[in-house]
Amino acid sequence: METNTQRLLHTFAALADLGQEIADTGDFEEMLRASFHLLLGSLAIRRGAVGEYNHVGKTLTLAAARGLGDVLELELPLSTEHARHLESLGSALSLAASKKEAARFLVDHQRTFPAVEIDLLVPLVVRERLIGVVLLGEKATGEAFTEEDVEIVKALARHIGVGIHSHRLLEEVEHKADENRRLYDGLRTIYKETVHAFAAAIDIKDRYTQGHSVRVGKYSEIIAREMGWTDDAVEGIAIAGYLHDIGKLIVDLNVLNSPGRFNAKESKEMSRHPTAGYEILSPISHPYADIPLMARYHHERLDGNGYPDGLKGDEIPPGAKIVTLADSFDAMTTDRPYRNRLPLADVLEDFRVNTGTQFEPAVVCAFCRAFLKEIEGTSKEKRLMKLLGKNYDNVESVSPILTQLISDLDGDGDMRAASAAGH
Amino acid sequence: MADTTSGTPVQARCIGDTAIIYASDYLNKLSGERIERECKRQLESGCRALVINFRDTELVNSIGVSILMGVIDASEKNHAQVIFSDVNGQTADLFEMLGLTRHVSVAKDETEALALITPQANRAGSTTS
Repeated sequence: METNTQRLLHTFAALADLGQEIADTGDFEEMLRASFHLLLGSLAIRRGAVGEYNHVGKTLTLAAARGLGDVLELELPLSTEHARHLESLGSALSLAASKKEAARFLVDHQRTFPAVEIDLLVPLVVRERLIGVVLLGEKATGEAFTEEDVEIVKALARHIGVGIHSHRLLEEVEHKADENRRLYDGLRTIYKETVHAFAAAIDIKDRYTQGHSVRVGKYSEIIAREMGWTDDAVEGIAIAGYLHDIGKLIVDLNVLNSPGRFNAKESKEMSRHPTAGYEILSPISHPYADIPLMARYHHERLDGNGYPDGLKGDEIPPGAKIVTLADSFDAMTTDRPYRNRLPLADVLEDFRVNTGTQFEPAVVCAFCRAFLKEIEGTSKEKRLMKLLGKNYDNVESVSPILTQLISDLDGDGDMRAASAAGH
Repeated sequence: MADTTSGTPVQARCIGDTAIIYASDYLNKLSGERIERECKRQLESGCRALVINFRDTELVNSIGVSILMGVIDASEKNHAQVIFSDVNGQTADLFEMLGLTRHVSVAKDETEALALITPQANRAGSTTS
């Protein structure tokens, strides 16, 4: 084979290998070292180095080197003026210019390279910015570099420059992504703390239902998790639980703290709270979906007899159905001014009677499963039982009722829901 | 002892102060670096000649060339001789074209390579009694 053709093929192969190295997003230092070897090997250059330029520190850091002594990681000063000059040389760099720059470099860094010959300096310029430089010594043939050699080196060096540039961009993007993640986490924490503060404010206003919002949030979380919701959605439903009664902030304090059952006027005043809650929550950009809707619809019923909009079945968002059950459970298991808390068996009987008309069967079923798991000890946490507190003794006694309810709902729950939704 | 730091170990054996190192089928980054490490290790342990046997080598890429030049550099610094043996035609042409043969001897086989080794005193340019 003719030498020139063989040389060309060898260069092409080097270029192809270099392309693969640059495209490999793995270890950057390894990529740079391999690229540098490819460059040296393409023309059998005996010594050289690749340096990365830092525009802030105005230094050139030698990232890969061979035959120049112990120069790796060495930081060499390179002024902005010099960098601009190298940028201006760009792709038109000739053999003579490359030699001239190498000579200048050696003069500038005489102490670092006292007995080394560097024949060529090729700037790595990407988007008119100096990314680094390639320094090259003699060829193994002992022949002088030619214009053709410089063109080959420039072609290979361009790839190395792009590789370094891409790596820097990636680092920058990762840095910004980390920063955004931290900011987002911070905002999320502030959001959650604000939500907790609001929940506390709601519960302080209504002295008969202290801790109600927080408990509804936690019950909702337990149910959603049992239903297989994602972590993010579970967090969202907890927030919805904390805020579901936020509309009570605009309800007349005398009505809210009225010791007996509400009269018609008081009931009307109270029934404003879901819509008011929706209006308070709607302008806020919540990091979770449908928070305002869950507040608005937590008094809706599957049979359409709820308020404020009389929605039926699937018209009610799933989250609202969960908050509805959690809200009712807490209402029935805490003392109210007009009645004491109900026995757990009565609460579950209420669920049984009203499933399919007021409550979504799948939600009731999930609640019962979660409760039963805690009683039977198959779930590690006893969150539900802790929330019920000391108010209930012998919680275990409702196991058979829960088992029966689960069995009933698994059998015909869907049918009852469909019927209630009017489908 | 052969280099086993990563992947398949580099096969090597010593005859006196000569190390014979066997290159793999494709002399690229990984296998090249293993050979370079093995050569340097042999030089550090006092070898005065390196025979790199390319009998299994089908292809040498640019990284391989660069690494072989590293071996040549290290050998020169240690006043050691480098001989390539069993090089196939294509690789021999490549070494010739790139000028590697100016720095190493090329032998048909190991026997010829061992015969090409000159006494250390001559290579090092020093005088011994």
